[in-house]
Amino acid sequence: MTASTAPDFRTRLQDWLPKLVLAPSFAVTVLFVYGFIAFTVVLSFTGSKMLPNFKWVGWENYAKLWALPAWNTAIVNIAIFATLYIVICTAVGLMLAIFLDQKIRGEGVLRPIYLYPMALSFIVTGTAWKWFLDPGIGLEKVMHLWGWESFSFTWIKDGDMAIYTIVIAAVWQTSGFVMAMFLAGLRGIDNEILKAAQIDGASNWQLYRRIVIPLLRPAFLSAFVILSHLAIKSYDLVVALTGGGPGRATEMPATFMYSYTFTRNQMGIGASSAVIMLMTIAAIMVPYLYAELKEKA
Amino acid sequence: MRGIFGKTMTAAAVLALTTGFARATDVEVLHWWTSGGEAAALNVLKDNLAGGGTGWVDMPVAGGGGEAAMTALRARVTAGDSPTAVQMLGFDIQDWAAEGALADLTATAQAEGWDKVVPAALQKFSTYDGKWVAAPVNVHSTNWVWINKAALDATGLPAPTTWDELVAVLDKMKENGITPLAHGGQPWQEATVFDGIVLSMGGDFYQKAFVDLDPAALGGEQMATAFDHLIKLRSYVDDNFSGRDWNLASAMVINGEAGMQMMGDWAKGEFLKAGKVPGTDFVCIRFPGTQGAVTFNSDQFAMFNQTDPAAQEAQVNMAKAIMDPAFQSAFNVVKGSVPARTDVSNEAFDDCGKKGMADLAEASTAGTLFGSMAHGHAAPASVKNATYDVITAAFNGEYADGKAAAAALAEAVAAAQ
Amino acid sequence: MAAQSHGVTQDTAVSTGRVTRALIYLLLLLFALFYLLPLYVMGINSVKPLAEITGGNMMALPEVWTLEPWRSAWSTAQIGVEPTGLKPYFLNSILMVAPAVAISTIVGALNGYVLTKWRFRGDTWVFGLMLFSCFIPFQIVLIPMAVVLGTLGLAGSVPGLILVHVVYGIGFTTLYFRNYYAAFPTELVRAAQIDGAGFFQIFWRILLPVSGPIAVVSVIWQFTNIWNDFLFGASFGGTSQPMTVALNNLVQSSTGVKEYNVHFAGAILAALPTLFVYIVAGRYFVRGLMAGSVKG
Repeated sequence: MTASTAPDFRTRLQDWLPKLVLAPSFAVTVLFVYGFIAFTVVLSFTGSKMLPNFKWVGWENYAKLWALPAWNTAIVNIAIFATLYIVICTAVGLMLAIFLDQKIRGEGVLRPIYLYPMALSFIVTGTAWKWFLDPGIGLEKVMHLWGWESFSFTWIKDGDMAIYTIVIAAVWQTSGFVMAMFLAGLRGIDNEILKAAQIDGASNWQLYRRIVIPLLRPAFLSAFVILSHLAIKSYDLVVALTGGGPGRATEMPATFMYSYTFTRNQMGIGASSAVIMLMTIAAIMVPYLYAELKEKA
Repeated sequence: MRGIFGKTMTAAAVLALTTGFARATDVEVLHWWTSGGEAAALNVLKDNLAGGGTGWVDMPVAGGGGEAAMTALRARVTAGDSPTAVQMLGFDIQDWAAEGALADLTATAQAEGWDKVVPAALQKFSTYDGKWVAAPVNVHSTNWVWINKAALDATGLPAPTTWDELVAVLDKMKENGITPLAHGGQPWQEATVFDGIVLSMGGDFYQKAFVDLDPAALGGEQMATAFDHLIKLRSYVDDNFSGRDWNLASAMVINGEAGMQMMGDWAKGEFLKAGKVPGTDFVCIRFPGTQGAVTFNSDQFAMFNQTDPAAQEAQVNMAKAIMDPAFQSAFNVVKGSVPARTDVSNEAFDDCGKKGMADLAEASTAGTLFGSMAHGHAAPASVKNATYDVITAAFNGEYADGKAAAAALAEAVAAAQ
Repeated sequence: MAAQSHGVTQDTAVSTGRVTRALIYLLLLLFALFYLLPLYVMGINSVKPLAEITGGNMMALPEVWTLEPWRSAWSTAQIGVEPTGLKPYFLNSILMVAPAVAISTIVGALNGYVLTKWRFRGDTWVFGLMLFSCFIPFQIVLIPMAVVLGTLGLAGSVPGLILVHVVYGIGFTTLYFRNYYAAFPTELVRAAQIDGAGFFQIFWRILLPVSGPIAVVSVIWQFTNIWNDFLFGASFGGTSQPMTVALNNLVQSSTGVKEYNVHFAGAILAALPTLFVYIVAGRYFVRGLMAGSVKG
């Protein structure tokens, strides 16, 4: 279409249009994300209990926070959980996507099977997992009934191992979705490139390592962002599966923050834990995002 | 009311599906009695109100024994959209009253004479600054032990009344090849058991430690003994206890897989639902050494400030309906708890219920009716959860002995205050 | 679109040997079993009488089969004071989820389009800022969000809930579309521009037709998250509570009898719309569309 009536205005509008389209999203982000973060930072320096108040207490909440053993447990747990969860999910998701991309018969059946766990709310699947992992009624009992008497799987009852059962359930829930993201990426790759490489004598392994996986780089970025988001926000999962137990062995920052803010009426401490969490996330994510985005710029 | 425009638009869109508009003559009730018998029991209240022309807009939010509802409440109040009536427990009522958010029910309470029929220990929560702010629905008592009758008979011993007798029964059950104590490893369940132990050390001690939060009592020798008892009880629990729902622990007693469970009076519902008869299939006793004393928690309905006179009237209607003796009886028969008024007839209740009512009246007169620490009626939420931390850790064997646990308890409580 | 996707020429050019293929099938099947396990636990327990469950046979097949738990969860179980089952809550959720998913996906697509094809100074910063918003824990936004919704008069309403879900969804949808469009040749856009096509025309005619796979990912993500959200639904849903709040009300009994069989039936029922979206949408992970567009 050629602009005929008011070329000047049209051109200028076209120049501004992209920014206008983006502006509402940006404004909303600034208010609802950064504004609220600022609010939380302020709260963390106040003596807020049940509802926010603005009685300044300085660094007191932070001092209390670091003196709590459960907070240290939560930090260690999130480090273990997030690392294992992100690595395993990405590996499993990528593997399934590549395998499913090999002209597999029954792909239409397998794909929803891999995906469905995301559809279910953990409010209840947590109970199913809890039972399955429970040595008295789940996997261990079934193995014993089948005659494998020495089989032992008591992780969920063991304070040192329970965190790994959360990794298992979390991988179960989201690896299928990661698979879908990689699959969408794989199917966006131009076959001509692959054919050209094959003619050059590249093996399948080389094909994937040298060409396909580098091309999937944006999908890796998405997967990483999604998985870290889920890892940090893993709340339902912990509550449903272990309730933070045995004892408080599976306390996580999200459960910690929720309980101090809402059930223990110590909103100031809850806010300070949120600030620490956000700072940690920023310390890890910002350099990563910076490197990722700068390269493409 | 702010937000009326958005609300009307939405309500119009979904009118066919939901309860729809909240008229001024309605009460919008936030509660967590959302499933099974307890929700059905609450429906009695709804019907009673409807008879008097007061409508009911339901706002159920379950989860964590009211925790989710309290979170939703905070969002509602902050948004300037308070529900008219809210189910609440213990210190939450006091906290909201301190914020000045609750309506004054004193005129109704005086006219109806609530102060004469509600035990003083409950009034401590229903009133703030001399004013009535909430209407109590029930009293749950938490220091019960539920014993499988057959398993008890197999030990050849009578129902225990002291700690030593309890240990003897548990040992014998162990010999008989069953799990002596059915327990679910969740902090509140461990705290419920611990409530009983501390109360068995004497009412004065319970008061000093859990209500007055006296550091000497919390970290002292008696508390060390109490923790030793708790650690001893751990040895009668099977290895799979952690994370188990209390319902499944009850099921173990019902099936005869386990000998007994230490749990509040709501456990009775599980036994009844399984077709068991009190006295013949199972026995309900007070935690050994606590006969005559009761630790309780009480569900109450607090009213949030309203400006519209019609809404205020609806609130008064609701408060009256809650305190109606017939409703208190009907509701509590279903719920497994006992009425919050001591003048209600015990005719409709079963043996355990009658015993519960008699115990409550006795404890109330004797001054041995105490708020339960495990259920947020002894100390505010921050302290309660701090004690959970220590009790659970002690039960899971994280302290060398009772003494170390008691020291940790004193420290944790001091930090949470 | 779907037919084209099954065309032989669209398949990956990689070929594999018979042994490798057998191994691949084996692995895929093993994983399928792993994913199906909890569904098995839920499925069998939802068709058992409660006594069998509390009797300790949680992994075993039912001795007595019953559909009563399903009927109860659907239409007779107590949800709050009303014995309505989960039935009435489906529409509540759909009225909230459908607009929220649609708006956030469209906004995400437009944002992704601007950020890749109409780049300006500082666009990376804008994207970075929006991306970081994905990490904000919802627990901390609850109270300030209540203040904002109260001020806007949207507290306790469906439009309010939609707003909340769109706000915290656009970070993700923008991410998806931006990364997807980044691989799309910008030359095509420039060529169209020279032909005089405008901003929206290019989006509509060139970008949108190839956005199928990523739109599916975005819709699945948003649909799942919003459908399964409990915190916002319980806090801002008012009287038109969404499905997840109802499900939670069904399964979370504090001091009542737990009917596990009804809970499992309810959980599967509540997930049906999401499952439906997955099965339908899954078919649209069409391969080769990008390549097709470049060639054509």
